[in-house]
Order: sequence, then C-alpha cells, then structure tokens
Amino acid sequence: MAGIHFQTVRKIFGKTTVIKDVSLDIHDGEFMVLLGPSGCGKTTLLRCLAGLERVDGGRVLIGERDVTDLAPRDRKIAMVFQSYAVFPHLTVFDNIAFGLKMQNLPSEEIKRRTHQGAELLQLTDYLKRYPAQLSGGQRQRVAVARAIVMQAAVLLMDEPLSNLDALLRLQMRAELKRLHAEIKATTIYVTHDQIEALSLGDRIAVMQDGKIVQCDVPMNIYDYPANKFIGGFIGTPPMNFLQGAVNGDGSVSVGASNIAPASSLQAAFAARNGQPILLGIRPENLTLASAQQANTISAHVLVVEPLGSHKLLTMQVGAEMIKVSVAPDQSIASNQDVWLHFDPEKIRWMDAASGEAIR
Amino acid sequence: MRIMQSSYSPRYILGRIALYGAAILLALWTLAPLYLVALAAFSTRQATFQWPKPLLPTDFSTDTMQFFMNTRGVLDSVGNSVIVALVTIAGSLLLGAPGGYALARFRFRGKEAISLGLLISKMFPTAILAIPLAVVFLQIDLYDTIWGVALVHIAMALPFVIIVTAGIFVGVPRDLEEAAQTLGCNRVQAFVRVVMPLALPGLVAAAIFTFVISWNEVFAATILTLRNRTLPAQVLTALNDSPLYYRYAGGFFMIVPALIFIFLIRKYLLNLWGNISR
Amino acid sequence: MRSKLESLLPYSLLAPTLLFVTLLIVIPIFQAFLLAFQSADGSFTLAHFQKMAADTSFGDALKFTFLLLIFIVPLQVVLALMMALLIHTRFKGHTFFLYIYAIPLAISDLAAGIAWLAIFTERGYLNSILNQLGILEKPFLFLSYQNLPAMFGTIVIAESWRATAIVMTILLAGLQLIPRDYFEAADVFGANTLKRTLFVVLPLLRPSLQNALIIRTIFAFQTFSVVFALAGRVIPVMAGESYNWYVTNRNPGVAAAYAVLILIFTVAATWFYFKFLKTSAAEAGYD
Repeated sequence: MAGIHFQTVRKIFGKTTVIKDVSLDIHDGEFMVLLGPSGCGKTTLLRCLAGLERVDGGRVLIGERDVTDLAPRDRKIAMVFQSYAVFPHLTVFDNIAFGLKMQNLPSEEIKRRTHQGAELLQLTDYLKRYPAQLSGGQRQRVAVARAIVMQAAVLLMDEPLSNLDALLRLQMRAELKRLHAEIKATTIYVTHDQIEALSLGDRIAVMQDGKIVQCDVPMNIYDYPANKFIGGFIGTPPMNFLQGAVNGDGSVSVGASNIAPASSLQAAFAARNGQPILLGIRPENLTLASAQQANTISAHVLVVEPLGSHKLLTMQVGAEMIKVSVAPDQSIASNQDVWLHFDPEKIRWMDAASGEAIR
Repeated sequence: MRIMQSSYSPRYILGRIALYGAAILLALWTLAPLYLVALAAFSTRQATFQWPKPLLPTDFSTDTMQFFMNTRGVLDSVGNSVIVALVTIAGSLLLGAPGGYALARFRFRGKEAISLGLLISKMFPTAILAIPLAVVFLQIDLYDTIWGVALVHIAMALPFVIIVTAGIFVGVPRDLEEAAQTLGCNRVQAFVRVVMPLALPGLVAAAIFTFVISWNEVFAATILTLRNRTLPAQVLTALNDSPLYYRYAGGFFMIVPALIFIFLIRKYLLNLWGNISR
Repeated sequence: MRSKLESLLPYSLLAPTLLFVTLLIVIPIFQAFLLAFQSADGSFTLAHFQKMAADTSFGDALKFTFLLLIFIVPLQVVLALMMALLIHTRFKGHTFFLYIYAIPLAISDLAAGIAWLAIFTERGYLNSILNQLGILEKPFLFLSYQNLPAMFGTIVIAESWRATAIVMTILLAGLQLIPRDYFEAADVFGANTLKRTLFVVLPLLRPSLQNALIIRTIFAFQTFSVVFALAGRVIPVMAGESYNWYVTNRNPGVAAAYAVLILIFTVAATWFYFKFLKTSAAEAGYD
C-alpha cells in the first residue's frame, strides 16, 4: 500500500504551463478526487502520476519511491481511461488478463485472478466476447476489472463514468464506491462532475487553472469553499453571491438591510471597515420569513419551480438574482414579495476583489 | 431519395431504372477492355488476324499465353518483377512505417516541414529521378540490376507509404497504447501487442498497394535495366518488334495480379487511393 | 534520461526515411539539373536545351502532351464524378459496382494501352463489332499515321478509362467527408438532384476536385507507355522523348533537360491550380 506525493510538480505544453508547481499528499488507501472544469489540468496531473506525461519540474513519489523518471510500467499503478481503452482485438478474458500476462504470472494464477475480477464486476458471462459485442457499460466494467486485477497499490481513474448515460452512471458510481471499500487501493479519480466528486471522494482536490485551490473532505468543500470559484462550481444550483459593504460596527449592509457576520469573524471584519465584500450562501441555507427581523433582506419572487423533492425559487434581491431552495409544501407564488432570512453561521464571506474566503 | 418517398411510386421506379442503367453502363465501360484483352490472350495465335473476330470465347486456347511465357526473357522478367515488388514492399514498409508512426503519434519540431516535404516528393516526375540515377548506378554497378530498380521503386513508394501508414496509426487510438503501458508494457511491447494487431489489416493493404506501384512501373524499370528487365520493361521494349498476340498476352498477364489485389484490398480502396491524394 | 530519449524518438523513427529520401530523391534531382545544365567539361551550358528544342519532335511532344492533358483531364473528372455520385447514393449493390469501377486503379498505363490496342487495332474488336452490326464493310484504321485525330482519340479513351478510377476514389473519399446532413438539408428544402449536385455537392467537394485535378495534371505530363502501346512514336510526348533521348540516342543531357521541363510544368500546374481555384491549403487537406 502506498501514499502519493506530488512535490511542486510542473508541466509545460509548448508555451503554456498547465500544471503550476502543484504539491499534494494523498494518504495510503485514500479515495482522492481531482475536480475541476475542463482545461484545469486535472487529467494532466493524473497522467504525470501515471508516467504518461513527463514532468517539467518537481518530483512524484509513490510510497517512499521517487517515480518521477520511471516508465508507466515500473510505477506499479493501474489506470482506467475515459475512453475505456479496452483492446478491441482481445476477448474480455484476454483484456482483463492482459496486465497479468505481462507480469509472466503462472497461468493458473492468471486464470484465478481474471475470474475473480470478472466476478467482482459481473462479467463472468461475457469472458469469451469481444468488446464490439458489449454495451458501453459493459466495456467500462472490463476497463475497471482489467485495472483492479493488477492489485496495484495505486488505482487511477480518468473520468471513467463520463461516457455512460445518466442512469448507468448513477449505478456505476455506487459500484465504484463499493469496490474501493473492498480493495482499499489508493485511488485518484479525475472528474468534472461535482456530484461524483462529493459522492466518491474521501477528500476532494479542486483544481483551477493548473493549481489546487482547495483540498478537503467533501462537506467542507461544499460548506466552506475557499473562494468564489469553488462556491460557484460546486452545488446544483451553485452558491449565491451578493455584493455588500462592511459597516463601522462590523455588520455588513446588503441592499437596504444589515447582516451580522458570525461572531468568530468579528475581528476580521473590524479591519475591513468601509470595504466592499461578497456574501456567499447556498440556496438551501436561505429561509423565508413572514416579517422583517434580524438578518433578513427583502426579495421579490420571480420564478417558482416545483422539483418534487423541493421547490426552487428564483428571486430578485436589489439588482441581483439568487436561487432559493425551499420545502416542497412551502406555499409561495411568483411576483410575491417576501423576506429572506440569512443564517449567519452558513454565510461564506469573501473578499470582493480576490474572491478569497475570509476566515 | 431515401427519405419520405413512397417506395413504389412510378417516379421512384423510373429513378431506380435510370440509376441502375447508368451504373451498369459505366460498369460495362470499365469491364469491356478487360474482357476483350483476356479474350485475345486466350485465343490461338492465328485468331489474332481473324476478321471479323467473334466476341465470345468460341475458340478458347492457351496457345497464345504459352507462346508468351515461353518467349525468351519473359519468365525471368516475371521473376524479376516479383522480386523487385517484394523488395519494394519490405523496404518501403520498414523505412516508412516507423516514419508514419512518428507522424501519427508525436508532436515535434519540424513535423510540418517533413509532412510538406513528403507531399512535394510524391509529385516529382519519375523521369527526374530515373535518369540521373541511371547515370549514377552505372558508376556504382547498380545499373541493370533488379536492386537498382527496387531502390527507385522504394523511393517512389516511400512518400505514399508514410502517408498511408500514418493514417493507419492515427486510426489506432493512443489510449490503447497508453493503457498497455500502464499494464506493464514498454513502448515496444505496447506497439507489438496492441498497435500491430490493430494496424495489421491496414498495413497489409499498404503492402499490396506498394506491390501495385512497383509491379506497374515502366519508365524507371526500362531506363535502369538492359538485360535484367522487369515484366513491364520487357513488354515495353518489345512493343515495336513483337507480334500482336505477344502484346495481348503480356498485357493480360500484367493485369491479372492487379485484379486479384484490387479484390483483396477492396475495403481499403478509398483510404489508400482516395486519401493519399491529399 | 528517459525524457530526453523520448523527445528524440520521433526523429530517430523518421531518420532512415529522411536519409533514404535524401539519397534517392533530393540528390538525384540536383543531379538531374546538373545533367541538364552542365557541359562535358563541367561548365554551365544551355546546349542540351537547345538540342532538345531543335529536335523535330520537340514541338509535337509539347503539343500532344498538352492536348492530351486538355482532353483527358476534363473527361476523367466528368466520368469520375458520375461514378462517385452514383456510388454515393448507396443504392443496393453499390459496393459491387465500386469494386468494378476501381479495377483500373491497379492497371498500369502500359497494360491499359495494350487492352485498348486489342480493341482499336485494324482487325480488333471495335472493327469486328462495327462490321457485325453492318456499319462497316472493311476495317477502319484507327491506329494509322494517316489518321492522327483517330489515333489521338484512342489514346484519350485508353488513358481516361484507366485513370478515371483514381479520380473517382479521390472524389468519393471527398464525398464521404461531407456530412450527410447537408444532403438531407437539401432534400428538405426541396432541391432536386441536379440542383443539389450543382449547388450543394460540388462546392463542398471543391477541395477534392482540386486534388484530383492537381494529381491528374501532374501525371498527364508523364503520360508515356499508353502512347507507346497505341501509337508507337507517331505521337511523341514529353516523357517518351526523355526516354528516347536516354535509351535510343544515349544522351542523358537532353533526357535530363526533358525531365527538368516536365518538373517545371508540374510545379507550374500546381501553382496555377492553387492560384486560380483559390482553395486554401488547409481546406484542400494539405495539413
């Protein structure tokens, strides 16, 4: 078993630096998700770990071993590709057994482990088939089985679910989680899907523009995004943002109302007297109030969308739009004027210029 | 045509008749000369001067073909042609396939220039290669050898082979090769175990394509040889002083392998001839 | 280090090819120019070109080479376009017809010339058919120096027959690059087949047409053995003259001068098409 350490890894393509001195420590057996929009460098970082890209600076360690200059085959990793990369000229059995055969294991063991892997992913009935005779979901399972039978200490997955349809993706997601609990290999999982990240990761490393901007357990990423980008990237719908200004007494005026920051932040706000500030809050942390009270803002309901498990409201606050999620039985209609209550403990305040969260 | 037209309207039927009529007419235009030269090659020698000639194989005979095959130099030239073609295949694939792979897989400085150079080099007229090489080959004892001819044929085929094989390797997803590498292969093993099996049909087609180039090449083969002729060189130099039946048999004999090979690589026709022309 | 080796890999894969191309293409072309422009003592001379131009066949060779080009290339394009458009409708059995149309791809111009010789010769199949149909009493002499237009016509037919297949595959490959949506869009807007061909297909096919024209024009300058098979030396062409000067007259200088002339025409034709068909290199697939 092995932890993974990226030490100021840098990768340059032509004139663009796509990985900017990234350092990241992943524990042994951890399920780490690299999350970010396309082009943020997450796949490149994974490929640097796999040895499919050579790094232009820094070191990559697996366990205590410096693998920076090793070929992929010498890194003791297994990888699942976005395209599955199942070999079309080999049967399912030969696909799964491919890596084992390369290790020159005795044929009995190859057979045993291949069948074991096939069983784990419910492929036993398809062992003699060729990939062309399989559905997309089955091919995906072959790719996973092929990686798992390697029993490598490190398992890499590059957007493995992105080519599946929505329902299948939901199933496979749960299955991957079960598999990880079973085999306990250190897993790095690249995705742009924040739900996948929240559901699968022990921790999530959010990447933006070649850097890791936050690395934490999922609920912390969700509740305490490190900056505006992360708050806006994670959650459906994402976090709401409102402009405000810090008053002399440490409260913040948003539109015509005043909001009091949580008591733990009072010191930080004292220093920002008069400065603009950004209020971030998730749609489900806003509640409707019947009358003006502390920490409420007047809002106008524009759209009501009943979504079954909840109602999604689009509201106008001053000149800005926000989304509010309320219980499905909440009685509310569009064009209504209401009071919105902000829970100070749930507000994430951010610097208006840099977008960085204030702690 | 395909959409929203009721299947059996008179207009549709007329359209179909016109379509198949045109297709068949064009097929007859293509096949007629082949049929007739075969007919001539499988008649008796005397039948060449018969007037008017029958259009059906009423007097089928291998007499003409036997005469052709027994003519001095013909069998040797067939052997030479086969050897030259095989050497051309081996040489151009061994040299060109790695280059095609490099163009398909890597980004590197100078790639554009090399691609452009290849495009240009396949435009050069045979004459501008064959004539100076004939002069040089005289000096280095390659003149009048099948090896000299093979060298020129390789040079002629190489740009095509690189472009064709690059297309074949582009068709093998890079992911597969990388997957093999993560599963314990080094680059060479990944190539042999994954890329080769997937590229093989295309490479075979490229080999056959190369065979056709070499088998059919007349100008350089004639310029570069004197006694060690290839078949087209043999037939060409005998054109003026050989009887008609000799020419028919020679023409037919050159066509047969072509027919076979077109059939073998029928699935790749567009990829080979269609795309090498870009 | 692995990374250093890695970046050298593409070059080492290409190195044998580049070496070979240098030895057998680049250097010979320089030598061809030397042969054409150098006198026996090594000094610059135009004597070979003067000798070439003074030869009685020179004017005819130029004339016939260009006449063949002018007659053959358009004929091929029209025939090939018909074949390609037919195949592209994907009627039942279209693959069978594709193989048939493609057969001449693998036939040399020499063999093609001989096949048509069997048809056009005095007691050949065409005269036999015309006789059996009662049109001709005595054979018509297609291949006689007294009837140059007929002889020229047979060459046009034989060479068109052979190389139409090449043009067809280029055009068909080009047609297949056009998304089928375009065809269907034209259907929806009520375009009939002719209009669709003229206004939708042909403009989209222009890069392929240009390619086909360039390729065929280049090779038309090299037309040689099909002419030999049907007309002997009665109709001289440039490549044939190059061959004669080398083989018969044993004069590599004049042969090389012809080769240089062919190369100049090749380059000029390519330039001409790029200039006047005005398709960018990228559009034509030269990327």
